[in-house]
Amino acid sequence: MASVTVAPKRVTMAGAMRQLREEAGTYKGFWSWIATVDHKRIGVLYGATAFVFFLVGGIEALLIRVQLAKPGADFLSPDQYNRIFTMHGTTMVFLVVMPLSAAFFNLLVPLMIGARDVAFPRMNAFSFWLFLFGGIFLNASFFLPSHGNFLKGDLGAPDGGWFGYAPLTLNRFSPGNGIDFWMLGLNVLGVASLAGGFNFVVTILNMRAPGMSLFRMPLFVWMTLVTSFLLIFAMPIIAVALFELSFDRLFGANFFNAAAGGTPLLWQHMFWLFGHPEVYILILPAMGIVSEILPTFARKPLFGYPFVVFSGVAIGFMSWGVWAHHMYTTGLGSVANSAFGVSTILISIPTGVKIFNWMATLWGGSIRFTTPLYFSVGFIAMFTIGGLTGVTHSIVPTDYQQQDTYYIVAHFHQVLFGGALFGLFGGIYYWFPKFTGRMMSEGWGKLQFWLMFIGFNLTFQPMMILGLLGMPRRVQTYPDGYGWGFWNMMATVGAFTIAVSILVFMWNVVYSLRKGAVAGPDPWDARTLEWSIPSPPPPYNFAEIPQVHGLDDFWHKKYTEDASGRPVPVAAGASDSAPEHGEEHADGHGIHMPSPSYFPVIAALGPPIIATGLIYDMAIAAVGAFVLVVGLYGWALEPATEPAE
Amino acid sequence: MATEHMETSTGLDNRKLLMWLFLGSECLFFGSFISAFLLYRDRSVTGPYAKDLYDIPFTSVSSFVLLMSSLSMVLALAAIQRGDIRGMRIWLLTTSVLGMLFLGGQAFEFTEFYREGLTLHTNMFGTTFFVLTGFHGAHVTVGVLILMSLFSASFKGKLKQEDSLNVELAGLYWHFVDIVWIIIFTLVYLVQ
Repeated sequence: MASVTVAPKRVTMAGAMRQLREEAGTYKGFWSWIATVDHKRIGVLYGATAFVFFLVGGIEALLIRVQLAKPGADFLSPDQYNRIFTMHGTTMVFLVVMPLSAAFFNLLVPLMIGARDVAFPRMNAFSFWLFLFGGIFLNASFFLPSHGNFLKGDLGAPDGGWFGYAPLTLNRFSPGNGIDFWMLGLNVLGVASLAGGFNFVVTILNMRAPGMSLFRMPLFVWMTLVTSFLLIFAMPIIAVALFELSFDRLFGANFFNAAAGGTPLLWQHMFWLFGHPEVYILILPAMGIVSEILPTFARKPLFGYPFVVFSGVAIGFMSWGVWAHHMYTTGLGSVANSAFGVSTILISIPTGVKIFNWMATLWGGSIRFTTPLYFSVGFIAMFTIGGLTGVTHSIVPTDYQQQDTYYIVAHFHQVLFGGALFGLFGGIYYWFPKFTGRMMSEGWGKLQFWLMFIGFNLTFQPMMILGLLGMPRRVQTYPDGYGWGFWNMMATVGAFTIAVSILVFMWNVVYSLRKGAVAGPDPWDARTLEWSIPSPPPPYNFAEIPQVHGLDDFWHKKYTEDASGRPVPVAAGASDSAPEHGEEHADGHGIHMPSPSYFPVIAALGPPIIATGLIYDMAIAAVGAFVLVVGLYGWALEPATEPAE
Repeated sequence: MATEHMETSTGLDNRKLLMWLFLGSECLFFGSFISAFLLYRDRSVTGPYAKDLYDIPFTSVSSFVLLMSSLSMVLALAAIQRGDIRGMRIWLLTTSVLGMLFLGGQAFEFTEFYREGLTLHTNMFGTTFFVLTGFHGAHVTVGVLILMSLFSASFKGKLKQEDSLNVELAGLYWHFVDIVWIIIFTLVYLVQ
């Protein structure tokens, strides 16, 4: 590698590019991260970026809770309040939970199926950069009010809610640029999600190690597959809805203009036809994570593996037939309402199947109470409450009463925070040692769990009561004397408790990175392939592509069963999980990995520039289109792997 | 014709699987726009209306041109698969010329409609028609660019018999865009 530093005599574009690529290939320094196509590094980038957005969205949540703590408060103006709750929702859905799940897909899927990378490493990098730039574009709106000054509290952020109901979002009712940033930013993020979806379906179907048949795949891989299919089919629908809105706002089209014959219901149908699969896009990855953690710490195989797989697939299909339960009160008629009520009740069956299978996995196991298990059990409990409150919404008359109240807010936080985020945090504790080589502190971890668990329940259970007491959502304040003040104050206290738990988590990460116990390849005595290789994994993952003989293959290499079904170590030293290395590959020599590339970053810069241009000046859009075309052509013409010398 | 493929679990090339998934996603994309068109079909409150503007014979001819481009696309793929680079060039060029003819027809049609007073914001027909057919036209344009890129790559020696997958993928995309047009022509122009 010493020869890398020799500069080419004549500096050409291609020469400079080649040199940059070579330097990036050394896995050192800033530029190696920019040009990386390694799925593990992209996963880390996804996770770190999503966590920063999580802090942003969390601060927005705290601002909302401060405003609502007492009746009649004016900490935030109604205008600021609308912008902040819109950005809170948009951020948490599109910039936190989805990319955090994507971080896990990236980190784990190739390792779990025994592959060296994803099918399209550069497209993977492109998805990440597009997500990052799209997120920055969306949040830049805060600082760019169309008239007024950010420093004087005049925010430019969107104010139409995360669902952006038209015609509220049309120019007439939402002047300024906020909605423009929202609709264009979401479309940029949508392309990023689509690219990820394509990549993971191809990776999972095509890149499995020999013997890794579909029904030997870990549950997390299955859930990634279902989620990716949902992304592939749901994102184009929201893209079209956002395009229609964009044409209405930017070019005077009539899609949602009732005066010209347009109907606002079109937006709602399209948004929720995307939006309901979307909620499963948010929860299925967390379900996959929990399905990996529970068997490890119960030291039992997942109970009813095929049932859990098929219920996940069933959820994926059924999620397309329930969208109008978001729209009971729009006057669809009793036939449509009843039909969607029934389909919504039905979708709770596969969900219930999963919950029972998780509990049965724990039943009779020799359980080790680690932090990942705490979060997983927390997930099951909180998600069950969230799911049951969801069933109450499926009953049409009940829903008429609950529509637009805090009961709804409580419900979806119960599944998205109590569900998805608890699962994702469990996943972080579980796989942190794999990717850093160090264990996270159990003490700090359990402290975080209890703070988060208590804070969570303190925040959202009062919202259930508030909703039943009739408090509407999306209100900036409320008068005294309705009996809402106490519960709101409690929710605010809970929200700050959650904030403290996040600080504990951040401390735990910093502390564990420096002082955590060295993990070794298989610290949890786990079941799946990623634990058979060193921690952190080498760039090429597997020195020798593994041969898979069954479900939980790695476990069965370590243990056999005695007559009563108890695991017995195979032989002395067998739990030492270092795989036998083939001679020529022992140090990763001779393995051809995809070369780093700058073109994904360049291409990903294009769409946000185009979006900026659509808002401010078409000339900027032309520049963005040029950047995109240059990036894509450079990408297409550059060989994916540098030919060997 | 042993073209070298990377081993995959399904035996299907990664890029081909990607293209099929992409086209699946595109079905939802065009499906959504077509649904919006159908939903708003009779909801325009002012003219000009579709029946005042359509020139079915003209659009039939341009649809025929686009359909024929699918035939030449098949011939281009057949040519490269048997190693006939020159034949492939001729048919790639034919396909893109036919595609450009179709786009020219669309540009003409858009101008005609505009002259007769139809814009994006005149009525629901203007909104849904221009956006739906415009997005389809954008897809054809991208297709023409891909075909021209392949055409020029063949002169640099970068498109040989063993690279026939590139032409096959471009072909899949091209046929898809054609099929979408058949659906649009039927539902948007013919069924009234």
